[in-house]
Amino acid sequence: MNLRRDVFQAIADPTRRAILLLVASQSMTAGAIASNFDSARPTISKHLQILTECELLEQEQNGREIYYHINPQKMREVSDFIEPFRKMWEQRFSKLESVMKKIRSK
Amino acid sequence: MEQKTKIKAENGKQELLIAREFDLPVALLFRAYEDPDIVEQWMGTKVLKLENEKHGSYQFETTDPLGNKHRFNGVIHEFVPHQKIVRTFEMENTPFDVWLEFLEFEQLTSDTSKINMHLVFRSLALRDQMLQIPFAQGINMAHDRLQDIVSKLK
Repeated sequence: MNLRRDVFQAIADPTRRAILLLVASQSMTAGAIASNFDSARPTISKHLQILTECELLEQEQNGREIYYHINPQKMREVSDFIEPFRKMWEQRFSKLESVMKKIRSK
Repeated sequence: MEQKTKIKAENGKQELLIAREFDLPVALLFRAYEDPDIVEQWMGTKVLKLENEKHGSYQFETTDPLGNKHRFNGVIHEFVPHQKIVRTFEMENTPFDVWLEFLEFEQLTSDTSKINMHLVFRSLALRDQMLQIPFAQGINMAHDRLQDIVSKLK
């Protein structure tokens, strides 16, 4: 079970992807993360453990609480990391082009 | 198929380059940035204010699928028709620091043109976080679709 730990394994699971999404906007405690899911707390803990082992998440001690935050360097290792950003611009620019073509032909 | 939009995000640099060629004369490409009605059409946003001049400012508002409104604003530092726009960009009510945008418009032929966007961020972390937003939205959408499929199986 614990043999292979890499970013691709980490993002292969939908719950783990959802956790990354949550933590992408702000660092959160395990409890706060778990409260967003119907899964049992130990299940979420296991996911957090995997994400931390894959170094996609980092732990930070703040008083008695441990906060999880995303490790952007590691996220960049996902080969198509930048692709959604490029696609977003591609769509935007294609829209621009088609809007302007319509205006020109008027 | 060749990718029309090119993104360059070098490791360790707090900047981002976005380039795209268009089958449009440069005057039309520029108009897409200048005319509020047209900006609304391709950006999918409401234009609250757009003052195309040095020291002018702009404010846009988008509504997400949940009905939440998000506002963006900035100040225009340089506005040279058909050539260049330099402006700041800020997302309101987010922890993101303002960044600087250099938009350069270039005529390739009488019917084709190119835009080069150069975005400069306060920190490397901020740039990487910016790049993650669509990535995170993408995986969230994939997750939602999966939820849909799974809930139909129940």
